[in-house]
Amino acid sequence: MLTVESTIKWLNLFSEKVEKNKDYLSELDQAIGDGDHGANMARGVAAMNEALSNKSFDSIQDVLKTAAMALLSKIGGASGPLYGSALIAMAKQAGEDRSDLASIIQAGSDGIQKRGKAEPGDKTMVDVWVPVVNALKNNKLSADIIKKAVQDTEPLKAKKGRASYLGDRSIGHIDPGSMSSGYLFETLIEGDTL
Amino acid sequence: MKKIINKPEDVVDQMIDGLIFGSEDLIERIPGTNVILNKQLSKGKVALVSGGGSGHEPTHAGFVGPGMLAAAVCGQVFTSPAPDQILEAIKQADQGAGVLLVIKNYSGDIMNFEMAEELAAMDEIEVDHIVVDDDIAVEDSTYTAGRRGVAGTILVHKIIGAAAESGLSLKELKALADQVIPSIKTIGVALSAGTVPESGKPGFELEDNEMEYGVGIHGEPGYRREPIKPSREIAEELTDQLRKAFQWKAGDCYGILVNGLGATPLMEQYIFANDVAQLLKSEQIELPFRKIGSYMTSLDMAGLSLTLIQLKDDHWLDWLNAPARTTAW
Repeated sequence: MLTVESTIKWLNLFSEKVEKNKDYLSELDQAIGDGDHGANMARGVAAMNEALSNKSFDSIQDVLKTAAMALLSKIGGASGPLYGSALIAMAKQAGEDRSDLASIIQAGSDGIQKRGKAEPGDKTMVDVWVPVVNALKNNKLSADIIKKAVQDTEPLKAKKGRASYLGDRSIGHIDPGSMSSGYLFETLIEGDTL
Repeated sequence: MKKIINKPEDVVDQMIDGLIFGSEDLIERIPGTNVILNKQLSKGKVALVSGGGSGHEPTHAGFVGPGMLAAAVCGQVFTSPAPDQILEAIKQADQGAGVLLVIKNYSGDIMNFEMAEELAAMDEIEVDHIVVDDDIAVEDSTYTAGRRGVAGTILVHKIIGAAAESGLSLKELKALADQVIPSIKTIGVALSAGTVPESGKPGFELEDNEMEYGVGIHGEPGYRREPIKPSREIAEELTDQLRKAFQWKAGDCYGILVNGLGATPLMEQYIFANDVAQLLKSEQIELPFRKIGSYMTSLDMAGLSLTLIQLKDDHWLDWLNAPARTTAW
């Protein structure tokens, strides 16, 4: 269950994981994008960590909103508004119904789709968020489900974002945004937040 | 990588200060941001705000000044600026008649500028946006992110900027842009890739004797690679693509922009422009507006792009020729 403490712990773990894997994220992005996803995400989560450690929070909504604004202003590119929109939508939902993690993540997923206008199958982070929401609703979220969702972006042809310019040449590569979203949900499990 | 820089992470910040040093009478930096603001904003007129990733200099900040942009927002190299920076530009640029955002058609730019627009609406500033997508190398379909915004963007800055100066309302400017943008088409060719300072490696590889048609201004892949050819044959290929896109006929009236991508000398741009001029003359295309130079670059990419704008309305030519005081126009 999400509490102020567990939400902060989750986001801190996510930061650590992004920092540790930033070179891999950039490597994935070099294949089908412009190669800066790792650097951009690392800059964003560093700003988020700083914002979260400098303040005390009295609601989950407050935590998520602070994290959203840091990511939004520091990631840049397309990932900034996507993660920012996700966390803003999650903050709103948490203000209404903080006990239900599935509905909070669902709100985040909807926020991403509204901002980026991608559908499942377009080879974007939506391809991880949507299956994770479904698993959460059935109380079945596991590391395997996350791993599979990320891996399943490999054979897809990109229809949104910079990778879409590659057409068929985008096939055979994991989507970098899906990988970083995978880290977000892996750390949800690792932080015992479920 | 061989570049005259200090630290890769400081390039945007230091570039902005240098640009302003050269044009202090015209522009200033909004403190604490990467936003360049026109020092002589026109009271009661719509403010035009543009921006995007850096690395395309003199675009965008070089076109800030009376007659063109009210402000430009500089992102990191090839990375869209974030909404808070764009919002600051909107707030400072607004002179009471609203703000029109010029966005190039890239997923990141669209999302960041749209978020800034939503935030500005909460502050009750009237904001609208236009999206430039002139690169005909990319197919515009629901299965891609659509055509990219490239060198034609500077013609949009000029026409809409001059029209704003003449007193058109936000609604009128948006309607004008809806006519102008589809009348601008660009196609490019690259001889070698640019190198992003933070990555240190060229964005793509081309053999010494190779060139690639249709490459984007961030090194996005083009539509064909082949051995390098004389300027005249490159001019034929690019003109063919534009002819197909415009379907022009003898007597039609166009403006032309030959644009260097960063590392191609003016000598080569002039030679290429001369070849295009002869081809278009033989087809009896009128070219009352002409511009040659490096205006929308891709760091140190070698190559050039050819932009044509069909001048469907006499006002457009007047606005292209109207005075503008900027660093780069």
